[in-house]
Amino acid sequence: MEVLAPVANWLGPLWVVVWTLVKIVAIAIPLILTVAYLTLAERKVIGYMQVRIGPNRVGPFGLLQPFADVAKLLFKEIIVPSGANRYLFFVAPLLAIGPALAAWAVIPFTDTLVLSNIDAGLLYVLALTSVGVYGIILAGWASNSKYAFLGAMRSAAQIISYEIAMGFALVGVLMCASSLNLSEIVRGQEGGAAYWYVWPLLPLFIVYFVAGLAETNRHPFDMAEGESEIVAGFHVEYSGVAFAVFFLAEYMNMILIAAMTAIMFLGGWLAPWPLLNEARVFGIALFGDGFLWIALKMSFVLLCFLWVRATFPRYRYDQIMRLGWKVFIPVTLVWIVFLGAMMQTRWASFFH
Amino acid sequence: MNFQTFIFYVFAAILIFAALRVVTTRNPVHAALWLVLCFFTAAGIWLLLQAEFLAIVLVLVYVGAVMVLFLFVVMMLDVNFDSLRSKFRSYVPVGATVGALVLLEMALVVIGSSVAGDAAPPAPVGRNTKALGRLIYVDYVYAFEIAAVVLLVAIIAAIALTHRGRRESKYQDPGRQVKVRRQDRVRLLDLPAETKGE
Repeated sequence: MEVLAPVANWLGPLWVVVWTLVKIVAIAIPLILTVAYLTLAERKVIGYMQVRIGPNRVGPFGLLQPFADVAKLLFKEIIVPSGANRYLFFVAPLLAIGPALAAWAVIPFTDTLVLSNIDAGLLYVLALTSVGVYGIILAGWASNSKYAFLGAMRSAAQIISYEIAMGFALVGVLMCASSLNLSEIVRGQEGGAAYWYVWPLLPLFIVYFVAGLAETNRHPFDMAEGESEIVAGFHVEYSGVAFAVFFLAEYMNMILIAAMTAIMFLGGWLAPWPLLNEARVFGIALFGDGFLWIALKMSFVLLCFLWVRATFPRYRYDQIMRLGWKVFIPVTLVWIVFLGAMMQTRWASFFH
Repeated sequence: MNFQTFIFYVFAAILIFAALRVVTTRNPVHAALWLVLCFFTAAGIWLLLQAEFLAIVLVLVYVGAVMVLFLFVVMMLDVNFDSLRSKFRSYVPVGATVGALVLLEMALVVIGSSVAGDAAPPAPVGRNTKALGRLIYVDYVYAFEIAAVVLLVAIIAAIALTHRGRRESKYQDPGRQVKVRRQDRVRLLDLPAETKGE
């Protein structure tokens, strides 16, 4: 930081703005690259699960495939359907990607590596993920297309239903951590894998993961797209870059859910065995400052996302609603009451 | 004018403009979206007061859930706003009265607090959520519980008013099909045989 001091002096009060922008770029660029390689990983993993090879022509092992896809999408023409609401048609992708990016502001990657360490971080993420649905609804409405509109309606109902279960799952976490600050939540799980919240909150963990699948419109809950029924759902009329932006937003949300799962239930940047943090080779920490652990945990959750997609057939619409309202919400409510009751007994330490 | 005041005026200007657009725009979907912008800027103003919990909950509840359902309904119903607007003149007196009352009440609150001296209570620093939780669940727990019961009654009433009972579907019940005996279905009548030639 001392190296940058002259620059900071020269810029004066503008320095805060510039430095924050630099930090935002330092989060956003790796995030976009992760999305690129997540798409490749998805195709490869599903390929191997279905005894295929997946993309292997562009670059070694298909490693350049994402960039070929990006180039293709960039050079495609953007077609505006006749009778579409032009203004909202182009605003919709921005409304989808804005919240998906903004939510990353409060995600702590390590003990100190976080853009904004605010007190209500958990609520902030929940609020922003719920705002993302506007992009989908407006895309469906502004396209002036029956398929797109059906997809948007399905998506709106689905996301609102699963948000409730998701919110209740978060209530369990904040009862355990007694804080809404994401860094505090991770610190509350210190002491090794046995202290992670996944154990006292196992039902909530499962509910959160499945509701995360539904919130991001992933298989087997991708009713908003439903290729076999409504072509491609809400983004059927989008092509080129406008489509790419929706794609980017969906995958960023997937990675966000994975990060939140890792932070709230799997101990974030903490090592599964505390001694591993002390392991040093020639005075340098063998496993770094913990970023490795959170990256591994996120990768595991993302692998589960892909695994689920390769395994399960799509849900029927009324089954999705039944699962959300009649199974998940009662399960979370019962577990919250159980948690509160157990905290008053002598086993309370197990639930903190 | 310091930076915070500047931001407040920017947000206030956006809020008033968006609120005007809500009532003046012709397209109902656009009106709903302007209302979303209103909620967002209101949340921003609350953040300036360091009420971060309230601000985020405003976005979470109103923008994330209520307005989505609103949009959902507006898009599905295809409301014809021009026919609604035709009665605009007859509603002007009522609307003006209500607006004047609201303005008067707000003015009374503002003047009253400025007369009383310290305008705003000292904002709780940090731990906003905890302070709010203590107020709701400890100091005002009975009022809170009563509000919760009222809401529950409203939910049940809404369901009771719109519930039309189960639609009877004509499905087959295999259990009853199996239980059927021959004597339930077939009755042999002993009719006297007609003989020819009588």
